[in-house]
Amino acid sequence: MLRLFQKSIKTGIVTTSYPEQPDFPAEGFRGLPARAQEKCHQCGNCAEVCLSGAITVRQGDSNTSGVFWTLDPKRCLFCGYCAEDCPSGAITMGREFELAERAEMPELADGVKSESDNVKKIFGRSVHIRHLDAGSCNGCDWEMTTLTGPVYDVQRLGFDFVASPRHADILMVTGPVTRNLEIAALKTYRATPAPKLVVAVGTCACSGGICGKNYTSAGGVNQILPVDVYIPGCPPRPQALIRGLLKAVGR
Amino acid sequence: MGNNDTGNKFGKEGFIETLLKVVNSSGLPAQVEIAGNEVHLAIPKEKVAELGAHLCREQGFELIQLLGNDEREINGHFALYYVFAQNHEGLVALVKIVVPEGEPSFPSLTPVVPAAHWYEREIRDFFGLEPKGHPDIRRLALHKDWPKGLFPLRKDFKLRTEVPRTGGKFTFSRVEGEGVMQIPVGPIHAGIIEPGHFRFSAVGENVLNLEARFFYTHRGMEKTAEGKTPRQGVLLAERICGACSFSHSSAYCLAVEKLSGTVIPRRAEFIRTVGLELERLYNHIGDVGNICAGVGFAFGTMHGARLKEEMQHLNETVFGSRFLRGINTPGGVRRDLKAEDARLILDTLERVEREFRELTEILLTTESYLDRVQGTGILRPEIARALHAVGPAARAAGIGRDARRDLPHLVYQSLEFKVPVYAEGDVLSRVKVRIDETFESIGLIRQALKLMPPGELRVLLGELPPYGYAVGITESARGENVHFVMAGPDGTVFRHMVRSASYCNWAVVPSTVPGNIVPDFPLINKSFELCYSCLDR
Repeated sequence: MLRLFQKSIKTGIVTTSYPEQPDFPAEGFRGLPARAQEKCHQCGNCAEVCLSGAITVRQGDSNTSGVFWTLDPKRCLFCGYCAEDCPSGAITMGREFELAERAEMPELADGVKSESDNVKKIFGRSVHIRHLDAGSCNGCDWEMTTLTGPVYDVQRLGFDFVASPRHADILMVTGPVTRNLEIAALKTYRATPAPKLVVAVGTCACSGGICGKNYTSAGGVNQILPVDVYIPGCPPRPQALIRGLLKAVGR
Repeated sequence: MGNNDTGNKFGKEGFIETLLKVVNSSGLPAQVEIAGNEVHLAIPKEKVAELGAHLCREQGFELIQLLGNDEREINGHFALYYVFAQNHEGLVALVKIVVPEGEPSFPSLTPVVPAAHWYEREIRDFFGLEPKGHPDIRRLALHKDWPKGLFPLRKDFKLRTEVPRTGGKFTFSRVEGEGVMQIPVGPIHAGIIEPGHFRFSAVGENVLNLEARFFYTHRGMEKTAEGKTPRQGVLLAERICGACSFSHSSAYCLAVEKLSGTVIPRRAEFIRTVGLELERLYNHIGDVGNICAGVGFAFGTMHGARLKEEMQHLNETVFGSRFLRGINTPGGVRRDLKAEDARLILDTLERVEREFRELTEILLTTESYLDRVQGTGILRPEIARALHAVGPAARAAGIGRDARRDLPHLVYQSLEFKVPVYAEGDVLSRVKVRIDETFESIGLIRQALKLMPPGELRVLLGELPPYGYAVGITESARGENVHFVMAGPDGTVFRHMVRSASYCNWAVVPSTVPGNIVPDFPLINKSFELCYSCLDR
């Protein structure tokens, strides 16, 4: 027993200072692709190589420069093919990774209105999370597990993971919602007491991602459940998950 | 194993000679082709059980993969491919049989080679081909509410088909008797883990029988891969599973490169090898820690999590991805390892090695921990052999199988490492295998970084021959991964079948639980540490 204490004391504190201190991923990290307007020849190559359809280009409309090129982070796999294949070198993989966004319009399901607007008041600093795997590759799941470890330790921020949806305020959903999990996902949602929030974690959950919509994939959590916050990433870094959770509860 | 005493000649000639002898003696009108380390042969479907039995029972071969394919657009027929490997030869035999559309059945290999059991059920679900004589033809990959007569991997089934739900029933095997309770668990579990359903038959806390139901996370990855370019296929391969991303993308690239006759630069082979070992390290270290969660030993869980995080942080710093995604590409790798990266890896490994040694010394001398892991969840070697268990689970049950040594790929033949084997087959042995392998992996990375030559990182991928096929094999943290790739007429992927380590090992997990108590199940499950998505795809 003494050895255990000794070892832990020797190890010291390993917990990150994020989110008080910002975190910058190392050089070479593939965050959100960025386009340099002045270098772009508008060839549309980037949209063609994008497997998940994150990039859209509108041809022959170079005057309205702002709308010619759009990138949906919720669809992005962060694979870097757009940058690699850009003949004019206009696209680079940026280092931006905190990409959580609120749903534009809280949707309705089961007559329960999303509580996004006054969540801060309701949940305060005691928020209980239930993980719902709706068909992920387990990448997002592992990053969520990491949140409960000593380095990211979300308990210090008032978040905790619980074993039952009946104890949860937030459902963190990973995966595109597969056919074989759709019913289980709905049951889990219904078992979660209101007010509740749904956070779609990872590109598959946000938009269907690499699977898209197919014979066994719904193509994203919002096809089945009302989503309040999206956390894009493939998978999102642990810090991006923390940022998304804080955003979900209005902090 | 025990295949050294069958009087076979070693090497390619011996392997082919054995195959030919088997084929000729049974009077099979077979066609044989030799491509690289693969022997391709086609036999009539009636002969497949005979050949399989002879190869596996008498010649020391193992069935490592079996898949269906819809080749009606080529020749009007379906086809099945059986992949047999003979360890220590480094060679594989791909046996093809043709199944006519008008007579959609084939003789089941399962009664003579039990390792075929799930593949054949999957082929029945996905292609509508009946394995005649299979002892259990319940659905496997498709669940009860999937309509009859709809087969998603047939080419005339479109990827985006909207499939209605129908009624249906799935019958679990159950134990009847006084006081026997059924305990259903899942698919949604209590922790942050993937979904699967477990059905226990128990008396009090004692488990009499366990049956598992999978394929909840079936995402149609293989169907999605069809028609994709070889490069797009990498993105799919590395998203089969998060924790095995790199071993999947490597196996896929090896298959595509073999198929196109592309020889990748030596430096790229070294970088892939380093990537595979880095993946093994963060998994093994994390797993040794996570198994402590199964016994409520938070000290081990937390220190394991801390060291795993350190390894994943290293992955991100060096390769730009915590899960080693975006490195592999058909023809080589997309990222170099600079001198400062190598230094950072070596420094981190030195620290992690020291800390991991300290942690595991504490674990292996903590009575309360040992009390829970010793003798728990025993995998019997005969079951492991029959169902072709792989990876640490097999090595902990006395089966010294490791694709890095037995089916050499990348630069493993130039590096020295031991394959640890334990005989007991319990949770503790699986922990010990991982502990030993962690140190071996660290040694492998040190050697690889020392020997890595300068040079190019990638070459242009050669052309894929229409309807040509090949398999790529890697050893992931959970065991061997086998990727089968067939090209279409236009250089895209026609068929991609992923047989992960978890595919084999999930089948043996239920056998290890009866005789234990229900609360030991999470511990046993964690000690296998399998991926659901790797199986379900």
